[in-house]
Amino acid sequence: MTALLALMLRDMRLAVRAGGGALMGALFFLIVVVMVPFAVGPDLNLLARIGPAILWLGALLASLLALDRLFATDYEDGSLDLLMMAPMPLELAVAAKAIAHWLTTGLPLVLIAPLLGLMLNVELNATGALMLTLLAGTPALTFIGLIGAALSVALRRGGLLLAVLVLPLTIPVLIFGVAAAEAAIVGPAPFGPAFTILCALSLMSFVLGPFAAAAALRYGLE
Amino acid sequence: MPVIDLANPTRFLNLANRVLPWLAGATLVLFAIGLYRAMGAPDDYQQGATVKIMFLHVPAAWLGMLGWGLMSLAALGTLVWRHPLADVAGKAAAPIGAAFTFICLVTGSLWGRPTWGTYWVWDARLTSVLVLFLLYLGVLALYWTADDPGRGSRAAAVLTLVGAVNLPIIKFSVDWWNTLHQPSSILRMSGSAIDPSILTPLLIMAAAFTLLFFTLHLAAMRNEILRRRVRAMRLMQAQEVHA
Amino acid sequence: MNLGPHADFIVAAYGLTVFVIAALVAWVVLDHSAQRRILGDLEERGVTRRSQRGGS
Repeated sequence: MTALLALMLRDMRLAVRAGGGALMGALFFLIVVVMVPFAVGPDLNLLARIGPAILWLGALLASLLALDRLFATDYEDGSLDLLMMAPMPLELAVAAKAIAHWLTTGLPLVLIAPLLGLMLNVELNATGALMLTLLAGTPALTFIGLIGAALSVALRRGGLLLAVLVLPLTIPVLIFGVAAAEAAIVGPAPFGPAFTILCALSLMSFVLGPFAAAAALRYGLE
Repeated sequence: MPVIDLANPTRFLNLANRVLPWLAGATLVLFAIGLYRAMGAPDDYQQGATVKIMFLHVPAAWLGMLGWGLMSLAALGTLVWRHPLADVAGKAAAPIGAAFTFICLVTGSLWGRPTWGTYWVWDARLTSVLVLFLLYLGVLALYWTADDPGRGSRAAAVLTLVGAVNLPIIKFSVDWWNTLHQPSSILRMSGSAIDPSILTPLLIMAAAFTLLFFTLHLAAMRNEILRRRVRAMRLMQAQEVHA
Repeated sequence: MNLGPHADFIVAAYGLTVFVIAALVAWVVLDHSAQRRILGDLEERGVTRRSQRGGS
């Protein structure tokens, strides 16, 4: 347990110090959301209508960009090899890194969502529901993205390959995240079912992600 | 001949060389019969002659999924049983499965325009087949752009198994979330719902497409084995020069 | 054969399918002859495979 905790804290410290990963993700999120009214036009009704979708897309893209760094830096300085040879199961090590990644990258996205919601004219009471969906869904994005990150570090190919691999797998999370958010804002569908499925997707990804990522690392780096 | 005997590439090549002409011939014959029956099939009372597109669209859909299923078995062979030709089978199947999925999407779109009024709609079946196509592209990227073919194959195998989750979603999506695409009417517990005058040509075309898949797959596996021999010989040549 | 008012779509669908299948067949056939040619070149130059030499 202490080993897991140590790994998590180490990753978190690195993310916060080196390269300002946490704030960079939130900044990117902000910029993407600000771009949308420039592209779509300032019609407040339209923005309110597509607000949840934009926020979800922004969170998805911000998570995706940060995933690059998840294994790459460890691979480069050799600590990935050490992790793979350590007595701690690779699945748990990878899960610990994913938790650290979400705490430093995903959680800030959830926290600044209300501010961005304001810019997109999302109603205040709907913002709470929106934050809840992001809170439940961003872990899924991290844990699914884990798989793509592991696959692309083994092949030493960065960014775009990672996105190509990960985005199709995150489509269900996106669909249900936006569905839940919109249900809370517009109706007529109730919030409950979509949100429950979103939570289920996250829980499934907590299991699928680390196992697939560990397999990808083991087989890919043989 | 047990599967393990086929693990020897030379033996496999000999088998492939002997079997391919027969497979190709059988494919041509089945297509001839299937197309003849398809052209002679009656018009649907609602859709008219456009039902003839179904004879392409449905087999292509089945084969797109069969392709990924085959790749999943090959992936297990690569990662779990370490069968020597498993990754050859997977790599060879990927472009063929992707092509059939593409045919499914485009013929479906061309069928949708006159019958539903739209080229595309985001219903569950269409979306999940599109996701399947994107996953195919991802796997192709892994197989063909890796510096080290061995690593690329293993990474592709992992992604194949992860993406296999999509297959049951495609099959059942049309029943779970029925919005526009026709629900299951062929492989159902209660038996098929299609009239024999249309079902028979459909099944013949499906058989023809399946034989086509295996013909192309076998030929592609043969090419991949030859490609690996070329690579091995070039490596050996390079070593000899520097020795 | 009367294909009805939407004949264009039917023809387009069949045409595309033929095109894609032809492309697949072409890929397989051309790749095969390319690999055979390269193997022939290498063998001519005296490069042999380990198993052909009967083991080292």
